[in-house]
This record gives sequence, structure tokens and C-alpha cells, in this order.
Amino acid sequence: MASMGVPDVLTRARTVAPPGWSRWLVPPAALSIHLAIGQAYAWSVFKPPLESSLGLSGTQSALPFQLAIVMLGLSAAFGGTLVERNGPRWAMCVSALCFASGFLISALGAATRQYWLIVLGYGLVGGIGLGIGYISPVSTLIKWFPDRPGLATGIAIMGFGGGALIASPWSTELLSSFGADSSGIGQTFLVMGLVYAVFMTVGVLLVRVPADDWRPPGWKPSAAAARPLVTTAQVSARNALRTPQFWCLWVVLCMNVTAGIGILEKAAPMITDFFADTSTPVTATAAAGFVGLLSLGNMLGRITWSSTSDLVGRKNIYRLYLGAGALLYLLIALVGDDSKPLFIIAAAVILSFYGGGFATVPAYLKDLFGTYEVGAIHGRLLTAWSTAGVLGPLIVNAIADHEKSAGRTGPDLYSTSFVIMMVLLVIGFVANELVRPVHPRHHDGPSAETKATVGPESEGAVR
Amino acid sequence: MTASNPAPAEATESTAGNGRLPLMIVAWLWVGAPFAYGVYELGLKLKQLFTG
Repeated sequence: MASMGVPDVLTRARTVAPPGWSRWLVPPAALSIHLAIGQAYAWSVFKPPLESSLGLSGTQSALPFQLAIVMLGLSAAFGGTLVERNGPRWAMCVSALCFASGFLISALGAATRQYWLIVLGYGLVGGIGLGIGYISPVSTLIKWFPDRPGLATGIAIMGFGGGALIASPWSTELLSSFGADSSGIGQTFLVMGLVYAVFMTVGVLLVRVPADDWRPPGWKPSAAAARPLVTTAQVSARNALRTPQFWCLWVVLCMNVTAGIGILEKAAPMITDFFADTSTPVTATAAAGFVGLLSLGNMLGRITWSSTSDLVGRKNIYRLYLGAGALLYLLIALVGDDSKPLFIIAAAVILSFYGGGFATVPAYLKDLFGTYEVGAIHGRLLTAWSTAGVLGPLIVNAIADHEKSAGRTGPDLYSTSFVIMMVLLVIGFVANELVRPVHPRHHDGPSAETKATVGPESEGAVR
Repeated sequence: MTASNPAPAEATESTAGNGRLPLMIVAWLWVGAPFAYGVYELGLKLKQLFTG
């Protein structure tokens, strides 16, 4: 039966996989959403043409992206419980509708030169698609891959990084075909909206949830729970917010993302400024290559480190992200502009930790709180991302501007920022050390062991 | 699925996906092809770091 307001075909009950369905069909379904919504990181391609055709300032042209990121955090936080209740197909469908509609509304806005429509379409409507889409496959993947949750979420969340790699050159080509005036931008938005609608629909049709009693071959929840911090108990999203573990992880994610986004957001001017006083300054072309290298580090970190966490444990991998990340920042600050290769390698590794932090956190949440409402808990945790998205660029830009106005050049523009990033990572490291198993008084919902032998009626009663 | 299910259903890697190989190939190509395009374009950009 359909839940209230949800078409029957989209309900969780209609999405249960038939016997013999391969779990390896689920990552492509997740990727078709994440590769699409990852376009958000390529918004900068539209900034110059929007500014010149509509007479906007840099701040104004950034508005749709900023609103989209705010909406991402809000819709993930507030929509997480709905996503859990209605299932991944409903969530992916909502995401596809919002994300594609956002482009179509923006196309109308560009064609009629009504900028507010672009802000409303891409930022508000599209942003809801980002948030719901980001969390939509997470708990489903964890349920299909309870033996390798880090690998599964790593694949999907790597897709979010990969989305910009596709969208950036693709939208550049579309703009050069249609023209960079308002009409050409409108046509580009229109084509992108239609293509993303089709691309994401395949994910909507392909996604399946495992039957309640499905398990991977030879895997037993009790065996997984033998590892430290991994529980077979279940904690609801509401209760999770009352645990210190949730807030420790919030700090961990916020610090890790702040440290990475500070470099990512300012990568090209940073490397150019950093080596400006040396005998081999960095050209604009090479700086673009540096941005590409950071994207590669970010993307590879998501799959590599998250998969590694299945072997070494979530707490240990965050020790690496935060501890080694802090040391790398220290190294860059100490060496300064003496070694270009060292700067480039250290920055790429820091960005791999940044990506790894995003991809590993759903599995960390699953270890601590179980699979019961892990998608909703993940959604609430993403408010740490929104906070870091403001903090990281703010710190780096404000300090660089201040140092520049004081007449400083080269590494001096950034060394204070690097020390601050190091301190933030140490704070994150301490927060990670404070993570302990969740107290049984917060447990609710059926345990994983019990869930394997009871049906959805019993589960519904608990909910 | 009801509460009367006596034991968990265990899939095996050999039976999982039986008869769905074409779907599996199409699904992975669907996401793999645009991803490969993105990685190729990234490769071109990376080259600039060492030659630019």
C-alpha cells in the first residue's frame, strides 16, 4: 500500500529486490544520482558568462551556488527521516525532479533575463535535489553491503566528486556551442536539465532495497560487531542527536572539511601566490593543473580511504585523516616555498583525506548507531559540512587579504591559515578519540540480529 | 515478507545476479562512460601542471 502522498510505484515495499538480484546493481543506481548532483561543484563555469551577460557582480553570480549548498544541508537534515520512511526510489525521484526542474527554471530565467529565477531554480529547488539526492542511496548501500559499508558508500560519494569532473568540461563545451550570452546560457541550462533528468531516472528505476532477511553470503552481524565500536543495536535519528558520539563526529567532520575546503576553494591563487617570489613561479595554466590534481586526490581519497576503513576500522582511519593531515599542514608551513613538489604532494594528500572524511562518515555512523535510521542521522550530520563550507574559505580568504594589505607576499600570505588548519585538525583528532560505543539507554528499534528474523510489521510497530 | 520467515535469506555471489549480466553491463556503462569522459578531461588538465 502506498504511504500517504507517495505513489505506490515509489514506495519502499515496491522496491524490494527479487531473489537473485545482484547487490552490484545498486552502486550504479547510486552513482547515477551522485554523478549528476556533483555538478554543483562546477557552478563556477557559469559565473563569468552570467556576470558579463546579466551585468552581475562576483558576489551576485555566486548566489545560486551558495543557496544550493545551504539548501543541501537543510534538506539533508530535515528530509532525512522522510527519506528513511519512504525509501530510496522515492528520494531519488524527488532529487531528480528537483535537480532537473532547477535547471529548467534557470533556463527560463536566463532566456528572459530574470536572474531571480536562476537563484530560485538552481539555488532553492535544485538545492533540495542536492540534499535529498546526496543522502538517498546511503542507507540502502549500507544495507546491501553490511560487510563492506566503507567501500559501498565510498563508490557513491566518489561519484559526487566525479560529477564536477564531468559537468565542468561538458558545460564549457555547451556554452561555447550555444554562446555565452543569456540565450546561450538558457539553452545550456535547458539541455543540462533534460539530460540530467534522463540520467537520474535510470537510477530511480534501478535502485532496489534488500529484503529484510537478506544477508551477504557467510556474513553474520555478530561477527562484524566483534570489532570495537561496531554495534548490532539500533539507534533512531532522534536519539542519535542526544548522544555525545553524534556531536563528536559532527566536530570531526566539520574540522576535517574546514581544513580541506580552505585549500580547495583557493587552490589556483594559493599556489600562484605561494611560489611568486621563487625563481620558478607557477603559471596560470599550471595552477589549473594543480586544481585538477586536487580534484583527483579528493576523488581517489573517497574510494581508497573509505574502503581501507573496512579493514582498519573507522576510528583508526580518522586518526590518519586528522593526525597526518595536521602534520602535512605543519610540513607545508615549515618548508614554505623551498619545495614545490612537497607542497603539491602534501596538498593532494590533504585533499584525499578531505574526500575520505566525507565517504567514511556514513559507515562510521552505521558502526555506532546501526542501520535503522542511518540515512537520517547522516543527513543531520551534514550540517557540519554547511558550517565548514563557510568557515574554511572565510579563514583562508580573510587571513590572506589581511596579510596582503600588510604588504606580505609568498608563503607568508597563508602560513597563519595553515597553522589554524593544523589546530582545527588537532581538535578533530581529540573529538575522534572521545568516540566511545553508544550507551544502551539510547538504543531503540530492532537489533540487526532480531531484524533478520522478524518481518516489517514488527519493525513498523517499533517505529 | 512476514514474521513467519524462519531463517535469513543468504545470497551467494554465484547465484546473485544470475541472468542479469546484460543489465549489469548496461548499468555500469551508463555511469562509467560519462565518468571516463570526466577523468579523461582531468588528465588533460593535469598535464598542464607539468608542462604549463
